[in-house]
Amino acid sequence: MNSSMPMNVLKTLLWFIPIYVGLTISFSAHAGGIELLEKHACASCHALTGPAPTTLDQLWQRKGPDLFYAGNKYRQEWIEQWLQQPTRIRPAGMFYMNHITPGPKRNMVDESTLKQHIQLNQHDAKAIAETLANMKSHTALIQTEKHNGSISPGPLGEMMFDKIYGCMACHQIEPGFGGMSGPEVYTAGKRLKPEYMLSYIRNPQAWDPKIWMPNAHLPDNNKQKLVNYMIKLSKESFNE
Amino acid sequence: MNKYLLIMLIATSSICLHATVTSAESAKDNYRTYCMQCHGMNADGLGVNIQDMSVQPRDHGDSKAMSTRTDTELFKAIKEGGLALSKSSLMPPWADILTDQEIHDLVKHLRKLCKCEYNSK
Repeated sequence: MNSSMPMNVLKTLLWFIPIYVGLTISFSAHAGGIELLEKHACASCHALTGPAPTTLDQLWQRKGPDLFYAGNKYRQEWIEQWLQQPTRIRPAGMFYMNHITPGPKRNMVDESTLKQHIQLNQHDAKAIAETLANMKSHTALIQTEKHNGSISPGPLGEMMFDKIYGCMACHQIEPGFGGMSGPEVYTAGKRLKPEYMLSYIRNPQAWDPKIWMPNAHLPDNNKQKLVNYMIKLSKESFNE
Repeated sequence: MNKYLLIMLIATSSICLHATVTSAESAKDNYRTYCMQCHGMNADGLGVNIQDMSVQPRDHGDSKAMSTRTDTELFKAIKEGGLALSKSSLMPPWADILTDQEIHDLVKHLRKLCKCEYNSK
């Protein structure tokens, strides 16, 4: 009886080893992510703490998307992949007026003013994606949103986007087709959490008080269809 | 102790207020931020977004066309969007971003751009 006691203690301790190792790896990856955010100078273009711009002057100076609610907004796996192969999401940059010039038929994007995002290796991308996933300042804005993937957008999805609500005026629904002043939406489904899309469409200014996306006051069912339309777009062949 | 609690409450409220309150902006700055994406950096209707639009945005320098609109119609178009005047839905409602005063200022700004007033003839 007495001789089995140390064995039991040992067995109990053995259970804790994987938990301890797991926690240590998780914590060190998170801590490493914070160091990497500093190493790559992410804060020079992105706000890692809030609030979002409350004046137009602040809005005009913003160089990259705010990240203090990245965990509420982005799909972690997308961030990890994108940081290794970054592509431009906003055809006219972060604030379009800083990147356009008059043209013969319309204002044109001046590509020479746009900068490529830095490319990270797999280790750094994974660690930063994990750290960003923990930055959730706006959980209150999305916790009431319930995404219903079973509501088919049908033909109405595209019609709402193009004509009824005029979203296409500012957003591209396929490469090279649509507006330029907002982010492309044909990748939104794999880039963004559906609850974030629902909440942002419900009230863009709750996330970003001065943003140039208007509130079209969509009924809930139409919001679901619009989000499912964007998720459907993200599975189209031009995304491969 | 209560004094410290009060100070903390005021500090917390200030932070919350700071997070939500936005300031009124000039018509020129609002026009630059919200209108130029479609109506163009020269207010000529040639914005960066227009390539695939089914209805082209108004040229705000077109005094002939702009003088057919009353100030009330311009106010309504900005606040409630094109559909409120049976016009295109591509002109969205800006009521959630601009205050009534800012919209009134924008109407005055439009009158400067077109160098025109409403003319019923």
